[in-house]
Amino acid sequence: MAAPVKIAWKNVTKRFGSKTVLDGLSLDAHEGKSLVIIGGSGTGKSVTIKTALGLIAPDKGVVEIDGRAVRPEDPSDPGLDQIGMLFQSGALFDSLTIWENIAFKLLKAGRMKRPEARARAIEALEQVDLEPDVANRATRELSGGMLKRASLARAIVTKPAILFFDEPTTGLDPVTADVINRLILRQVKSLGATAVTITHDMASMRMIADEVAMIEHGKIRWRGGLDGIEDCADPAVCAFVHGRSADE
Amino acid sequence: MTIFNPFRALGRGVLSLLRSIGAIAIFAGLTVRAVIGPFFAGQFVQQLVRIGFLSLPVVGLTALFTGAALALNIYVGGERFNAESFVPNIVALGIVRELGPVIAALMLAGRVSSGIAAEIGAMRATEQIDALHTLTIDPMRYLVVPRVLAGIVVLPMLVLVADVIGVFGGFLVGVTTLEFDPTVYVRNSADILERWDVVSGLIKAAVFGFLLTLMGCYHGYRAQGGAQGVGRAATHAVVSAAMLIFAANFILTSLFV
Ligand SMILES: Nc1ncnc2c1ncn2[C@@H]1O[C@H](COP(=O)(O)OP(=O)(O)OP(=O)(O)O)[C@@H](O)[C@H]1O
Ligand SMILES: [Mg+2]
Repeated sequence: MAAPVKIAWKNVTKRFGSKTVLDGLSLDAHEGKSLVIIGGSGTGKSVTIKTALGLIAPDKGVVEIDGRAVRPEDPSDPGLDQIGMLFQSGALFDSLTIWENIAFKLLKAGRMKRPEARARAIEALEQVDLEPDVANRATRELSGGMLKRASLARAIVTKPAILFFDEPTTGLDPVTADVINRLILRQVKSLGATAVTITHDMASMRMIADEVAMIEHGKIRWRGGLDGIEDCADPAVCAFVHGRSADE
Repeated sequence: MTIFNPFRALGRGVLSLLRSIGAIAIFAGLTVRAVIGPFFAGQFVQQLVRIGFLSLPVVGLTALFTGAALALNIYVGGERFNAESFVPNIVALGIVRELGPVIAALMLAGRVSSGIAAEIGAMRATEQIDALHTLTIDPMRYLVVPRVLAGIVVLPMLVLVADVIGVFGGFLVGVTTLEFDPTVYVRNSADILERWDVVSGLIKAAVFGFLLTLMGCYHGYRAQGGAQGVGRAATHAVVSAAMLIFAANFILTSLFV
């Protein structure tokens, strides 16, 4: 692999109570590449991303970004500055309007003036295929798919070098999903971002992945390119991608 | 088969109480530490309005009725010693030193601590606190510090209002049903009060303001498990705020006499 390692999970273990969610997981995301994580529901995909954001502290092991260990539970970690995150649940602030949500980091951390930040927010809205008149609405006035796209806009508005997308196309119609897939591709191909995307949407995976990793029982079961999936390199992965249960 | 063991239950209870006290102390320490650094003035002003201004009707009404009832009770008691003329003095002292701060704080425990716990708890449940973190904003600074500071600043102001209205409640009863002369009533109320009576009440108020907002933030921040968890957080916030207010009131009163 030519591209340098941007994010490295090294032997990460995480337990919640007696349940081991991550069990010595090791994984690299390469700079300027799009890594797609797949796996069954509840296998720890979201937790994997949250360890890289410092939201969840691993019990063992470490996550490194640019070779520096992520500091758990520390929002002043400089590594966070270059990260944009789309939460599975959207996680927009319901006390703010849509544009204030999108421009939040520009306003609070970047100290940008409101009109300028608003213009940037509207630009980002257009990128996710939302009308500019959505900008002044409250979060409760948007549908689920619109909320997802608005939070996607919040993730990309600062043009971050690293993007985490937790199920970006879930709940979207096929046409909008296609817009989002193209947007993710553009972030990686044109802007050179490193993207880590969790998805259950196999069409989306085929479109955006440079590499695919499948998580099973808290470990990486398989990783490789899309050709490996088409060639059925691992029967379990093959079954998963084609939506067959394992005992078939 | 398990038999109920009172010693074990007691031990468990004591341990979990100690754990809570420790966790609250740590949270308070983190809050104080977060005061240093970027300050979110907009959030602070918003909380001043929510905690302070919007609580005025509730605090004013309770103070009015308390002052009125206090005057009646003191009259009944005073009559037995032919000391009913002390009603204005004792009402003023009782309101300013004790009831003004305690009643305002208890009302705010109901109104504000629960509200803060529910709001922050819902933000926890919907990953909004995680989102703040990934947007490089310290949730302690953005959510907790403005609320706690607003509580400390605004409670003394509210208590000052409660003092005035409470004394006025006593005055109303005094001049209407108890047939006091209005000028005498006002003079007696004013003469008895020393500066320290008022100031000590306001210091109490600031401490209560800290405690009741801190409890709201603490329980909201630790909420887990969806709507049920948010409800639990709000309940715990009110109960613990009220208990801490009573305990702190006793400690401060014994320091101030
Ligand atoms: N904060 C937490 N406390 C306790 N358990 C947790 C926590 N976060 C996640 N878990 C548990 O960890 C496991 C993995 O959760 P995770 O959200 O990573 O799943 P996922 O792979 O993203 O699933 P899905 O595809 O359904 O989103 C689940 O069993 C979940 O209950
Ligand atoms: Mg998930």
